[in-house]
Amino acid sequence: MIGDIINIIKDYWLLLLIGQYPNGPLGGLANTLILSALSIALAFPVSILLALARLSKWGLLRWPVTALVYITRGVPLLMLILWSYFLVPLLTGADVPSFYTMLTTLVIYQGAFLSEVVRAGIVALGPGQMDAARALGHSYMGAMRFIILPQALYNMIPSMISTFVATIKDTTLGYVINVPDLTFAASQVNNQLLTQPFQVFLILAAVYYAICWSLTHVANVIERRIARKRAGVVSRQSPASLAQVKVITEQP
Amino acid sequence: MNGFDLSAILRNQEYVAMLVHGIEMTFIIYIGSWLLAMTLALILLCIRFSPSRFGDRAVAAYVSYHRNVPTLVQLMLWYFGIFTLLPSGLADWLTAHNAETIFAVIGLGLCQAAYFSEDLRSGLRSVSPGQMEAAKALGHSYLSAMRFIILPQGVRNALPPLINHSVSLFKNSSLAIVIGAPELTHAVKEIENLSFRTFEIYLIGTVLYLVFSLLIMGAGAYFAMRADPERRARA
Repeated sequence: MIGDIINIIKDYWLLLLIGQYPNGPLGGLANTLILSALSIALAFPVSILLALARLSKWGLLRWPVTALVYITRGVPLLMLILWSYFLVPLLTGADVPSFYTMLTTLVIYQGAFLSEVVRAGIVALGPGQMDAARALGHSYMGAMRFIILPQALYNMIPSMISTFVATIKDTTLGYVINVPDLTFAASQVNNQLLTQPFQVFLILAAVYYAICWSLTHVANVIERRIARKRAGVVSRQSPASLAQVKVITEQP
Repeated sequence: MNGFDLSAILRNQEYVAMLVHGIEMTFIIYIGSWLLAMTLALILLCIRFSPSRFGDRAVAAYVSYHRNVPTLVQLMLWYFGIFTLLPSGLADWLTAHNAETIFAVIGLGLCQAAYFSEDLRSGLRSVSPGQMEAAKALGHSYLSAMRFIILPQGVRNALPPLINHSVSLFKNSSLAIVIGAPELTHAVKEIENLSFRTFEIYLIGTVLYLVFSLLIMGAGAYFAMRADPERRARA
């Protein structure tokens, strides 16, 4: 059993790492990481805009965004992927690689989830910060830019990392539209070997475990450091509200 | 492709029957895995609170595995991997009895048990130790303090994440399509292939998922309200 696993790794490590690159599209673990990093990088600004819209006093901004967030939280990611697979080529009129379809879906999905985190982070700061900033002559946007967001976003770094972990796990769903990622590479290996599915998928699980476990570990270390740093500054409520924030981001 | 026409699907009895069957299977998978997850979570919780250090480590490893490996990969490992390792008698029996659905329930249930047990554990830990000491000082035994003082507060604290994870379990039941379980997403894909009315059937599928998710969220919020004595007193 262990011999089989070592043999599979020896024969197929390159396929699992970068897919068929350079003879074909980049795939494997490299693509999984690029896809998740890109989606989180793009989802981040989207989530701040969505959170600001949800906190806005204009119903015209607040209601559609609230609806969007509830829809994305109530519909399976798989269903959203199917939607993008159908709509993105229709709207752009071009043959879009499945990588970009998946990227679009993840940006919308994680953007909606992260916006809840950002919103909770802003609300957790309490109204006093905004009042004080306004009293000192900041405009609403200026106060957000210089006073509220820097504090809120700093407190949210651990939740961001756990969202990144969630994104890595979500990229596996690209399998249904044939995104050439790690899961896809593993199933290719499985199709070539045919006889050792358990070993192949065990390797797959182990790789995901190693990545996600270490990132979660990093998040926990940073969380403790931030909690210590802010203990004197923010009221005692804040660790509790941060825990709440983590509950929202943690998805299977 | 003709214009937008929902009735083309909703008036077609064959399609409606497929949708209804899909919804049924989705709920069988959801309820089955929810019950399995909750039962396992309680067992895991008991092991965690028992004094055995080995048990504690084992449960921590179980939780860590199920939280850090994507659910889809866990399902694939069950269906494509472990299924092939089973003795042939058992494998034949499973094949004859909807192996896809059974493995979806097992895979999702085991995965969700890790989340549920962590939710319950952090809920119980958020009850301050002073509560137990006070209860004992007032003459409660350990068990009766647990029953009347600690558990009611701990479970109430655990309710919000439990509700969140119950909703995500419902959404995750759609992953069963990858191992071929005939649930709602599967029905949607099949009707799409038969009718070519992609937009309409996706819309129906999305609305169904959304309605059921919101119903679960609503039911959860109702339970949370019922469990909160302060709010119950006000209502």
